[in-house]
Amino acid sequence: MKLLKVSGVLILSSSLLFGCSNTDNNSTAEKAKETKDKSAEAFKGVTDDYRQYAIGEIEEFVKATETFTTAVKSGDIEKAKELYGTSRMHYERAEPIAEVFGDLDPKIDAREGDVPEAEWTGYHRIEKGLWVENTTKGYEQYADQLMKDVNLLRAKVDTVDVTPELLITGAVDLLNEVSTSKVTGEEDRYSHTDLYDFAANVEGAEKIYQLLNPVLTKKDAALSKDIQSKFDNVYNLLNKHKKDTGYKSYTDLSQAEVKELSQAIDALAEPLSQIGIVTEAS
Amino acid sequence: MTNNPNSIETPNEKKISRRDVLKTAGVGGVGVLLGASGFGGLLSMTESKAVTKESAEIVSFYGKHQSGITTKAQNHIYFVSLDVTTSKKEDLIKLFKDWTKASALMTEGKTVGELSSNEFLPPKDTGEAAGLSPSNLTITFGVGPSLFVKNNQDRFRLKQKQPKELVDLPKFPLDALEEEWTGGDLCIQACADDLQVAFHAIRNLIRIARGKAILRWAQTGFQRSKQADTKNETPRNLFGFKDGTINPDVNSEKEMNEIVWVQPGDGPNWLVNGSYLVVRRIQMFIEVWDRTLLKEQENTFGRHRVSGAPLGQKNEFDKPDFNHKDENGQVFIPADSHFRLSRGDGTQKILRRGFSYSDGMDVKTGALDAGLLFVGFQRTPSRQFIPIQTRLSNMDKLNEYISHRGSAIFACLPGTKQGGFIGETLFN
Repeated sequence: MKLLKVSGVLILSSSLLFGCSNTDNNSTAEKAKETKDKSAEAFKGVTDDYRQYAIGEIEEFVKATETFTTAVKSGDIEKAKELYGTSRMHYERAEPIAEVFGDLDPKIDAREGDVPEAEWTGYHRIEKGLWVENTTKGYEQYADQLMKDVNLLRAKVDTVDVTPELLITGAVDLLNEVSTSKVTGEEDRYSHTDLYDFAANVEGAEKIYQLLNPVLTKKDAALSKDIQSKFDNVYNLLNKHKKDTGYKSYTDLSQAEVKELSQAIDALAEPLSQIGIVTEAS
Repeated sequence: MTNNPNSIETPNEKKISRRDVLKTAGVGGVGVLLGASGFGGLLSMTESKAVTKESAEIVSFYGKHQSGITTKAQNHIYFVSLDVTTSKKEDLIKLFKDWTKASALMTEGKTVGELSSNEFLPPKDTGEAAGLSPSNLTITFGVGPSLFVKNNQDRFRLKQKQPKELVDLPKFPLDALEEEWTGGDLCIQACADDLQVAFHAIRNLIRIARGKAILRWAQTGFQRSKQADTKNETPRNLFGFKDGTINPDVNSEKEMNEIVWVQPGDGPNWLVNGSYLVVRRIQMFIEVWDRTLLKEQENTFGRHRVSGAPLGQKNEFDKPDFNHKDENGQVFIPADSHFRLSRGDGTQKILRRGFSYSDGMDVKTGALDAGLLFVGFQRTPSRQFIPIQTRLSNMDKLNEYISHRGSAIFACLPGTKQGGFIGETLFN
């Protein structure tokens, strides 16, 4: 959940453009625009593939949310708890796209305190009911609302303009999400299912890397190899925390294990942040 | 450090860093540059007594020895200990090569890379030191015992090169070391007269290391600034006492070779012209100290608080007389005072380069979390720091007011020339 996401990106990119004070601002801007137009064409296949992937995940998310909300509404608390972590994974994988809708994202994914109490709905609201109050009672309305919002998301996703820029920033953003909220245990603060979101964000980032990889390998094969080995490293660590069909509770991780995961994400995200070289002319 | 008007050194260039020189030269040529320099000199003639050679605020990164050891202590330190995560020796070598390049640039006040015109890439340099003076930044690298052997593994086929002196320090009585403040495969000590400049250095070096090494612990520290201490007196620690009165003369090559620099024949050749760094994070019980009587405080250190003179004497640099007794037949300088025990028989010396630290509040107790980041350099730890600390930990009266929480030892590599890299003697 990032409320200020879109405007944040805009501010950042404009300050990057105009931050190079000693060079000619106009020419830099023009050059950047050129790069953008050119890359949009060159990456048509890649962006189409990504769009397909993201829509696929959102479709799965609709299905999973259906089962989840049905469980909530029928008062099956155990089943609802069981489905909570895995349902969210589809959303977390497709977050670069899901987040584009600044109005829907908070409705579906806001954590307590992100929005005024009266407006707080979505997965985390129900999470609190399930784990803190240990009930589904009174949460039926939230289940209905959530289902509506997720259906609306599915309808809107078709309209997203998937640009190369969205992919490039999206890959690192997914890992930044892990660094700032998942690895700290703040995302799923009642259910402690943070590792599900963690894994899903990493998978979503890896998908983008895989789609861009043919171009990346041509530009810098060593960088591509480095990124892959750092993904492997993160998965190896995550695998240590698998339990039954899912992941351990965040609260079962030791401080040292949390730090290890966090530093592994940093080690991956640093080279991954260089993936923008795919836009450069060879 | 003279006030000689005939000095050949340009008077006061302190507001003109090398970067400015380059920039100015680029804009208006040498004429502008000279004009600027002369103007600055005139304006600040009166305030710039002692500023001569260091006035460009650049300490050369290259040299026979690494800088930051015999360099006059800057206002700030940012010290980090790292663990190596890669298992490949070539990664490690690349890391030291990249570190060397970046360090040389940063100590000259330059960025670690040009700003790319590709807006889809993050900037190479993190930017917070842009436009700042180099601030006498020094960056010093060291390797710890665990770089050679960890969990009985000869990780990088370096085991044969591990010096006998580069082993974990023995456990001293009263040590209360915490794992999170102890040890490390590598260290970086960044010192500068500006904390933001030091932070920038450390941050960029850690960033370069990402995927190869990770932070193990980090500590910043400070001394009174040069601006605050215009008389250039011996700095005081947070207990209010002068600390560092007896320190070897860094300008004496002979003394440095005897006390600080590893000499041929001491051990493996790769460390010749390097030095051993011992770092200790020593918590000070500030609140307890503050309610301690002056007499007790002075007896604890063995010196007068205001003047820094040995007890029973007048001036800071008076030669101490440990047999000097008062009218009751008591020695002035107690046998268990910090001063007396540190000194021993005077044969064991180290070069101290410590800084105070203040980490806000101890959340457990609500007390100030403050103390000393002790940094000491020496040629042979087993004959210098270890015997001194053994004496102190057994008897020092100061132990009531302090606790050693962190500790590490590193071999600071010899310096390198332009084109070379720190660590080349070890890895080649």
